[in-house]
Amino acid sequence: MPLDARVATSLAEAAGLLAADQRIRLLAGGTLVMRDVNEGRLLDGTLLRVTDPAFRQMNTSGARIELGAGVTMAMVMNNRDLAYLHAAARAVGGPAIRHMATVGGNLFAATPYGDFAVALLALDALVMVQSGYGSPRPIALEEFLNARERGVSGLVTSVQFARPQNAGDFRFAKVSRVKPKGLSVMSIAAHLPNSGGRISQPRVAYGAMAPAPVRARGVERALEGKSLDMAGIQAAKAAALEGTRPATDAIATEWYRREVLPVHLGRLLTGDGR
Amino acid sequence: MLDIRKDLFANERDDNLNVIGKGIQRQDMPGHVTGRSRFFDDHAFEGLLHLKVVRSPHHHARIRSIDISAAERAPGVKRILRGADVPVNKNTLLSLINFGKDDEPSLAVDKVRYKGEPVVAIIAESEAAAMAARKLVRIDYETLPAVFDVEDALKPGAPVVNETYPHNYFEYHEKFDHQKLRFGDTEKAFRTADLVIEERYQTSPIEHAPTETNGSIAAPEQNYRFVVHSCAQGLFFSLGTAAKILDLDSNRLHFIGGTVGGGFGGKVDTLTEPLAILGAMLTGRPVRYVLDREEEMLYGSPRGAERIYVKDGLMRDGRIIARHIRSYFDAGAYTRLSSYAAVKCTAHVPGPYWIPNVSSDIYVAYTNRCPSTAMRGFGITAVDFALEVQMDKLAHAVNMDPVDFRILNAYRDGDMKAHRRVAKNTALIECLQVAAEKAHWPISESAKRQSSLEGGGEGERGLIPATPIDQRGQIGRPETRSAPPTQTLPAGTMRIPLTKQPEPEGTRDRRPAAPNVPRYEPARPMAQPAVQAPAPLAPLPPAASPPQHAAAPPAQPSPAAPPQHGAMRFSSVFGTRRR
Amino acid sequence: MAKVPVQFRLNGSDRAAFIDGADNLLTTLRRGLNEFAPKYGCGQGTCGTCTVLIDGEPQLACLTLAVACEGRHVETASGMADGPNLHPLQIAFMDHFAAQCGFCTPGMLMSARALLDRNPSPSREDVIEAIAGNICRCTGYEPIISAILAAAGARGQIRA
Repeated sequence: MPLDARVATSLAEAAGLLAADQRIRLLAGGTLVMRDVNEGRLLDGTLLRVTDPAFRQMNTSGARIELGAGVTMAMVMNNRDLAYLHAAARAVGGPAIRHMATVGGNLFAATPYGDFAVALLALDALVMVQSGYGSPRPIALEEFLNARERGVSGLVTSVQFARPQNAGDFRFAKVSRVKPKGLSVMSIAAHLPNSGGRISQPRVAYGAMAPAPVRARGVERALEGKSLDMAGIQAAKAAALEGTRPATDAIATEWYRREVLPVHLGRLLTGDGR
Repeated sequence: MLDIRKDLFANERDDNLNVIGKGIQRQDMPGHVTGRSRFFDDHAFEGLLHLKVVRSPHHHARIRSIDISAAERAPGVKRILRGADVPVNKNTLLSLINFGKDDEPSLAVDKVRYKGEPVVAIIAESEAAAMAARKLVRIDYETLPAVFDVEDALKPGAPVVNETYPHNYFEYHEKFDHQKLRFGDTEKAFRTADLVIEERYQTSPIEHAPTETNGSIAAPEQNYRFVVHSCAQGLFFSLGTAAKILDLDSNRLHFIGGTVGGGFGGKVDTLTEPLAILGAMLTGRPVRYVLDREEEMLYGSPRGAERIYVKDGLMRDGRIIARHIRSYFDAGAYTRLSSYAAVKCTAHVPGPYWIPNVSSDIYVAYTNRCPSTAMRGFGITAVDFALEVQMDKLAHAVNMDPVDFRILNAYRDGDMKAHRRVAKNTALIECLQVAAEKAHWPISESAKRQSSLEGGGEGERGLIPATPIDQRGQIGRPETRSAPPTQTLPAGTMRIPLTKQPEPEGTRDRRPAAPNVPRYEPARPMAQPAVQAPAPLAPLPPAASPPQHAAAPPAQPSPAAPPQHGAMRFSSVFGTRRR
Repeated sequence: MAKVPVQFRLNGSDRAAFIDGADNLLTTLRRGLNEFAPKYGCGQGTCGTCTVLIDGEPQLACLTLAVACEGRHVETASGMADGPNLHPLQIAFMDHFAAQCGFCTPGMLMSARALLDRNPSPSREDVIEAIAGNICRCTGYEPIISAILAAAGARGQIRA
């Protein structure tokens, strides 16, 4: 049977359908799934769209932020409360893609795509997954990404994270050969809360440096309790490669990615405009 | 904006220019900005079918068997094409002008020679149906050793890529494994030079990456014709190629196109038209065959990679006295236009410089890579990269400014070029002077005073030197590659005898011009039902005296002459015409 | 397999087609509605030749499910002119030689329109950002950038 399409009007209905039938694929923005259709990798089954308004809701006023899985990059960029995430949203595709690509979809984008998920990882985000007709349960994004290869059971309904106390503590950089739109050589996100000049509970994440976005735990340990001075940044650069398993692809070799990662990390920590 | 230097060559120009220098609008602009420009795919057809090709996953392999039974039964599939369905399943682009041997199948039969080579074509009601059916084709391959390096391919014992050219090189004039240029004595000059500098240059294949991918739509039209909307850059070339491959009279094909979404040379190989037309012939419906983006990038023919060795003999005063170029075109698995690229390259070296001793050996090598083709000055641009980088290195070696160095060595009107033609309309010196001025690049006062109109052709510069020639590199005899010269042409020799019988040239040779009478092949019966001939009319009364020319029957074509359907005017390029 | 109906407004007119359920908007426009301005260049959202406006927002037709456009307003380069009067962007593209082969032009114009409809006085950086999703292999982009900046400056002057 050739591919067809249907609609679920509520998140619960969508989750139920996905649980009941293996051949149903969720279609959010289409930037990943429709590419598979166009290129002949997805030839049968059903594409499921969700029209529930909750899927595209944004709660950005409180201490805890929640973004519906269907929220697009353009919607993030148009929301002033999310200014610290604008750089990450702008890193996704060009203007048209940003009107289509979603927060939820980006969690499934294979490396070297998935730059927005890198930012969410540095924000310690939780992924809300609804299986069947129950309530959504939270899964730490890191765990979610590691389990991605095995296949996620359920519907991602939203992501949640704590609003950074100080928006200036959150930094993001995408390194690409073609600008402003191009595939990542790598992307780096860093949340560096500090009190009295000392960094406390830093979170640093890389994109395109492993099969999925990863936390840079070596960097986090090196920066914990330190200040962001020359010595601190040097220590961070020395630990930059821990946990990375970059691949060679059409954009860059694994050698190149390993060589330049500490350089770009250093620039991000220094606050270098580039 | 545009700066036209009317002071240069002022007495040779008519500056009442109506078009050059004026901002004339393109005639297709209104169509482009309104979306009305019709590219090949912008045509509606009822009952349109879609063609997708099954491609070899191996660089080099024998095909043991092909099983299309499951694919044939897949939903929406209308017809599957295999090599046996193609009337003339072996072709080369330049056979249309009698150059080269047919070597490339439209669909592979017993062997695949590059990764991505088409083997089977699926025609279905939708692209999705064709893509699904494509997965069901089972092809049993036996992989073979592959060769990817041009020089490795030319070593005896290398895997044979293309059996039409069993030594992995294009065969020139039925004699040599390369194209030669010989002018003066480079070996002797290298021995007297102050410096000898040899460098190796390498370019990569470059994908044209047009925004519009290759493709065509073919449909039955009226009067036993097929209309073909094509992306081809040369509609006549593609029409001729399709007519040959499908064994159709060319008047049964109606090619429409010319609005190309980026060609750059990558839409000259008639990649999709023959199978689309064949599909239309066999299904009776319109068939669309378009490369998807991945196919375009991986299997659409690229600019061929080249390896170029430049060896120069240089004097300390900056004069280049000898240049030898040895170069290898990577044709990939099939010839396409590479044979012609090497001829163009030979005609281009040693670049726009007067050098008293020049020789070149240009090879076209076959490897198990995607067949390469034309792109933006192919045959010329890559060798220019090598030559100009070399010029900088030479300038550096003698401590000269690179622009001054080029002006010193530039050719001028009246100089004898390595191809035994007198240079005229040269302007390299003026180009360099103006470029240096615009770039604020200081050059010597002496360089500023030079002119293309002065000093050319004086003394040695206007003469053809004595030139040793050789029979090196004969087809099938690699041991001859290092043989010594066989004779020395005396200084001033304009003509080199050829082994091929030259085509008649006309009165320039002071031989009587042979009448250029076209020879028609006997008419083939047209594909239409027999019709009763109408009753003959009553004969006219005989004329007063019979016309003179009616007596002799038309001359029979000589049985020995091969069918001559190539264009005469290209024969000088390929060495069949004597000067 | 039964065809599925889809209806939407295309360049101001109500249109309808019967399509396969999972057809993308690009196929529906070109094969279903004979609207050939948006082009196929990649099928993966990289080249931008299929850029259209859907309810005023730039989107890629090759990645958009056609049935998702039910009841919405789709706009292409074919609808930019006001009868015989070209849009200032179309005039500016012509004046600045912002097209050679013309294949990227319809998509480029839609991205440019999306920019100017939101930001009538863009900077050069804004223009570059706006066309970042449209690949041109011919012009080198500078004539296109000049044309868009010129059109921004010329807003309000329509020429036939």
